[in-house]
Amino acid sequence: MKVHEYQAKELFRQAGIPVPAGRMIDAPEQLEAAIAQTGLPCVVKAQVHAGGRGKGGGIRLADSLPAARKAARDILGMQLVTPQTGPEGRHVGRVLIEAAASLQRECYLALLVDREQGLPVFVACAQGGVEIEELAVKHPEQILKVPVHPAVGLSAYHIRRLALHLDVKTEGGKDFARVVRGMYALMHGHDASLVEINPLVETENGKWLALDAKLNFDDNGLGRRPEIVALRDEDEEEPLEVRASRHDLNYIRLDGSIGCMVNGAGLAMATMDIIKLYGGEPANFLDVGGGTSEERVREAFHILLADDRVRAVLVNIFGGIVRTDRVARGIVAAVADVGLKVPVVVRLVGTNEVEGRRIISESGLDVVAETELDAAVRAAVALAKGGENGHSVG
Amino acid sequence: MAILLDRSSRVVVQGITGKEGGFHAERMIEYGTRVVAGVTPGKGGRRHLDRPVFDSVAQAVDREGADTTIIFVPALAAADAILEAADAGIGLVICIAEGIPILDMVRVKHFLSSTETVLVGPNTPGLISPGQAKAGIMPAKIHAPGRVGVVSRSGTLTYAAVNQLTELGLGQSTAIGIGGDPIVGTGFVDVLRRFEADSETDAVVLIGEIGGTQEEEAARFVQEKMSKPVVAFIAGRTAPPGRRMGHAGAIISGGRGTAAEKIRELRERGIRVVENPVEIGYTMKQVLEEVQ
Repeated sequence: MKVHEYQAKELFRQAGIPVPAGRMIDAPEQLEAAIAQTGLPCVVKAQVHAGGRGKGGGIRLADSLPAARKAARDILGMQLVTPQTGPEGRHVGRVLIEAAASLQRECYLALLVDREQGLPVFVACAQGGVEIEELAVKHPEQILKVPVHPAVGLSAYHIRRLALHLDVKTEGGKDFARVVRGMYALMHGHDASLVEINPLVETENGKWLALDAKLNFDDNGLGRRPEIVALRDEDEEEPLEVRASRHDLNYIRLDGSIGCMVNGAGLAMATMDIIKLYGGEPANFLDVGGGTSEERVREAFHILLADDRVRAVLVNIFGGIVRTDRVARGIVAAVADVGLKVPVVVRLVGTNEVEGRRIISESGLDVVAETELDAAVRAAVALAKGGENGHSVG
Repeated sequence: MAILLDRSSRVVVQGITGKEGGFHAERMIEYGTRVVAGVTPGKGGRRHLDRPVFDSVAQAVDREGADTTIIFVPALAAADAILEAADAGIGLVICIAEGIPILDMVRVKHFLSSTETVLVGPNTPGLISPGQAKAGIMPAKIHAPGRVGVVSRSGTLTYAAVNQLTELGLGQSTAIGIGGDPIVGTGFVDVLRRFEADSETDAVVLIGEIGGTQEEEAARFVQEKMSKPVVAFIAGRTAPPGRRMGHAGAIISGGRGTAAEKIRELRERGIRVVENPVEIGYTMKQVLEEVQ
């Protein structure tokens, strides 16, 4: 789960990491109260869950109240396009007003869990404000990685290694240590999967400050972190994905025209791959999971049909634990709710498959039933392209 | 022989009195697995499925000689259950639970490295040595005893591959899911090493997916250390970067962990990679015929 920069900075403050004075506003009228807190000059920053905000005009420096007012009016309500949002951009409903810092230099510091080592690792680079992934490829020698073993926890030498690499001066040492300790505490106190400060700056008076703040949280930890769940902003997420997540469905919207419903993540990915292999494009990834009930299948089918780019639906269920008769009932129920505007190909194999197929065929629905995966995918691809009958293809 | 699990394994079920644990324990017993006990803290002294229930794993080890455990407990309690089993001296721990926080797995992984315990999972369907024993949630009837090893990061996709093998008359020595999480216990390389050493395995199906570098490590191991043929499939060629494809570990991050990268590495190391998963069984049959 992602949070906004202003929310991350509030958590930073609580963890003792120095951040500039700032306040989030969602209407231009709140600007003066915010500036009373931050002073001038200030920075007006669009709050969206996407990087590259500066490039899209979502971050502006203002040295007077009228300039700040104009910036806030321009940015609030804009459709912000950044390299990460896609061409349609993202609606900006909140901005962060923040005191501008006079900085000497910018660094990069992050803490994440490295999956190969199975350890939390600090990543530090004396060049900040850059794309760290690009730098890691071009200049790996500039990047220092400091793993922290869970049996040891964060020790003073970890902080010294990082400080040495970033050339932290003696007078800034305490400040810097607060940053590192705060990051480690945030990760472990809230199940954060990424704590990233880019840039982390050294100010002109030798202080260290988190100018930006990015926090991602481990979705698996949210069950024990109600304080983080409360920060979720569903406006930042794809509406169909929000709807799916409410029903414990794993749904990711893609760009194609074939809606897929599959049980199991691996099989769902593989089904998408086969669609592509036969010249089609999947409209989504959707794993209905193991303990699938009729109700969940019904909701999943609703979500597929709610995507107006879907030209054909492919259901691929390999039932081990999943009872295919329940899947069949869910499909029939969903179609009864909303009708069927696109062709549907159904492959049901496994537990109670005879019963499952009988339910589909007796429902009178205009559905292509297949037992072989290959044939099912070919049929769906042909139907999405406007073919009359999947069987005539291939 | 098979690997890790066979008819002599003495299995305890952690969470046997729960709905899921009870359901699958029953299926495992039906299959012939030697389920010797269950563990549910607070319910010791009862019997369930005609097996004794204990309060702790240590008791199940002491009194019933359990050497293998399969864990069906909620995700937020699963790390603790794994640690308890390892501490009790269990040799093989299979953790079915999906959704364990990654920081819990950091602690588990490093504690296990100081023990002899082998962990399979989490977020796995478990493992089965057909005709001998099953410690998992996979449908038993698609499996058949035979000489092909199967190792995978996925569940249902593995069932599909196993089904193909069985329909072509190729049984399995052991089929094992290593789990779909970013941090898992036993990895591809460890399982491949065991299959290479197993006199009852002739060839291996490896099913990988996007995310991480396990497939690349496996490719190097196969080229350098294995004499037995391997047929591979990598799921997620069409997955977009930065999105978690169901499994917590199935994500392309920072441009790394793509299917294309993995497929290239496997092929460069001489491993047969199929493009379409429906061809896994058929390709394995061909490969075995070439060898003979």
